Amino acid sequence: MAAINHTFTPINNTSAIPLEKIPVLAVDDFMQSILKSVQKSHRISSYFGVATDKIDTTLLYVILSDDDENRLFVGRTEITGGSFPSLTALCPQIHLFEREIAEQFGLQPIGHPWLKPVRYTRNKTSPVEPAVGDFYRIDGDQIHEVAVGPVHAGIIEPGHFRFQCNGEKVLHLEIALGFQHRGIEEALIGGPDKKTIHYMETAAGDTTIGHTTTYCQIIEALSHTKKTARAQVLSGIALELERLANHIGDLGALSGDVGFLPTASFCGRIRGDFLNCTGLLCGNRFGRGFIKPSGLGSDIDSTTVDTLLKKIIVLTKETKDAISLLWSNQSVMARFEDTGLLTGQQAIELGVVGVAARASGLSRDARLNHPSGVFRFFQMHTCTVDSGDVFARAYIRWLEIEQSIDFIIKQLTSLPDGSVTPSSNDLDKNCLSVAINEGWRGEICHVAITGENGQFVRYKIVDPSFHNWYALAEAVKNQEISDFPLCNKSFNLSYCGHDL
Amino acid sequence: MFKEILIRMIQGKRTFKYPKGPAPVLPGKFKGRPYIDSALCDVNCNSCSDACPVDAINSQTKTIDLGNCLFCNDCTDACHSKAIVFTKDYRLSVRDRNDLIIHPEQKEIELAKELNQQMKRIFGRSLTLRQVSAGGCGACEADVNVLGTIGWDLGRFGIKFAASPRHADGLLVTGPVTKNMELALKKTYDAIPEPKIVIVVGACAISGGLYKDHPQANKGVESIIPVDLFIPGCPPNPLTILDGLLRLLGRV
Ligand code: SF4
Repeated sequence: MAAINHTFTPINNTSAIPLEKIPVLAVDDFMQSILKSVQKSHRISSYFGVATDKIDTTLLYVILSDDDENRLFVGRTEITGGSFPSLTALCPQIHLFEREIAEQFGLQPIGHPWLKPVRYTRNKTSPVEPAVGDFYRIDGDQIHEVAVGPVHAGIIEPGHFRFQCNGEKVLHLEIALGFQHRGIEEALIGGPDKKTIHYMETAAGDTTIGHTTTYCQIIEALSHTKKTARAQVLSGIALELERLANHIGDLGALSGDVGFLPTASFCGRIRGDFLNCTGLLCGNRFGRGFIKPSGLGSDIDSTTVDTLLKKIIVLTKETKDAISLLWSNQSVMARFEDTGLLTGQQAIELGVVGVAARASGLSRDARLNHPSGVFRFFQMHTCTVDSGDVFARAYIRWLEIEQSIDFIIKQLTSLPDGSVTPSSNDLDKNCLSVAINEGWRGEICHVAITGENGQFVRYKIVDPSFHNWYALAEAVKNQEISDFPLCNKSFNLSYCGHDL
Repeated sequence: MFKEILIRMIQGKRTFKYPKGPAPVLPGKFKGRPYIDSALCDVNCNSCSDACPVDAINSQTKTIDLGNCLFCNDCTDACHSKAIVFTKDYRLSVRDRNDLIIHPEQKEIELAKELNQQMKRIFGRSLTLRQVSAGGCGACEADVNVLGTIGWDLGRFGIKFAASPRHADGLLVTGPVTKNMELALKKTYDAIPEPKIVIVVGACAISGGLYKDHPQANKGVESIIPVDLFIPGCPPNPLTILDGLLRLLGRV
């Protein structure tokens, strides 16, 4: 078990601490502490810069998760001048965070092996076109390059994939994103205001509940308010409904990708019906307007509870039928098994989270490791499968579907009474607050830092996709390029959640 | 094999009767076309426009621009006299951007007219679209995608989505058009053979929505290419989207 970390400051999930309680470490100490923590199997949940009044000074903050001991740590350091030491060579999971800091603050991570833009953020002096520039390239008579995107063949968000192939075999894939960059983090500075929660709802549209829940926990921590038991349970139900709709949709899409149409069409419909369940809760199929700081946008009456329960019981049977076809069909299993391998070791090194991590045997699930809200009282178990292939990522979803349905039925049948009306209060000044939740893709981490008047001077969002995109690139190595859509779907990462 | 057939029978036929029969039931809290009751409205009070996150309400005229509106309820929550109600009318699509402005007392929207005769002859029975997400959050995309599932079965109206602009008759765009997608959107549009149509889905694509003042985004699709059909919502319900598409083709 990991020893106590002396240099970084412990912080509880969904709590706030005054900034003065977080010592500003010397740059070397800070970097060494990150490395030591990661060696002790802590994970980097967030790592970001914060601008200061002084033009040549930037603060760097890190949030580390100790999943085994259910603890979080925060650390910070001050960078003066134009560069900071890169840890990527020793700690690969930090690579994209360093690229992001370089892009957002103009700081050079000295020693970064592949420093490229993350979102191709434009500035007035040098407009950078997304996905233009260097790509990792393999030369040779037998090598060919395949470029896909930004616009893809289906109804899906944009991104660019550059493959180096030898015949059918993918030797390397580089993923260039940023096409969806809408400037959310920049717009959050100075908030919260009337737009803030709507940014959270649309940060990743399929994870509306995940991101708004996390945001509201930050506001609750900073304003010393909280949701009533009823509101907590209902928001937990919404989170699991979101997981259900997406997992079922993904299994349908995976089934479609291997040309097995029964499950594809059943699941497409059932997914819609689970979205409609969220619609019953709040009027919107994606849960827009439902989760609010210290309350909910609306309550449900007992007839709605009954309708929901009845609906879910019917859907449960239909879901089981539809999905069980997958596991008993040999041609499906032949395509799922041993495709798109991601080993546990790779997943650890890359800091992979969520479904993809659990499918590579890692027991990472914020509902258990860092529980918040209703999950403090109702323990979920972490489902893991070891094989790290498309099958594992599909089967994990199935296990989680069963668990989420169970959870929802139990919670709906024992809904606590109480009000769900939101309340508000001023935010604490000069504080840092962190909130972590298990969205359907994986860990969602938000960090807010408030200034003199309680406004956000920085609001950092890390969508699980930010950790996981690189893992997809690893998983398709040595696969046939024709299996890429299948591998891609098995991760099903968010473009806008990454690009913000 | 037998199991597949058996489960197929249990799952049954799921395609909605709509548009010939009734439309699928929308949840009780569904928010469709807003209605502004001027008898209840205190013209000097600006609570609604102050609360609106996207400035969709004009404080002077008390009109709501559905091209901006997120259907978020912030205005109805803020209004002391309950002068704004969101009705269950899901029909919201228009051909002219100005028709999305809802005036006090207005009970009907000037809904989308069908394509002109020549266009209808070409596209009326077979319309192939290319979808471009240009900064969409994934929700509009999901609700367009859902039209392809067995419940809605878009294919029965001859509408389908193509994997190449060269095979398409038109574009369906979501998202505010981020600066980083502007070029790709233009190129896709140019690659579609004439005559072509452009359909935009969602507040972002119509006006830029929440992102309209961001330097990283444009103010919707119309600032880049001409638009033939506007389908408002954040995201629009699949029924609203289907209604819009069918109106354009003169099928409802
Ligand atoms: S429902 Fe529409 S008009 Fe009302 S506050 Fe929300 S975005 Fe503005």
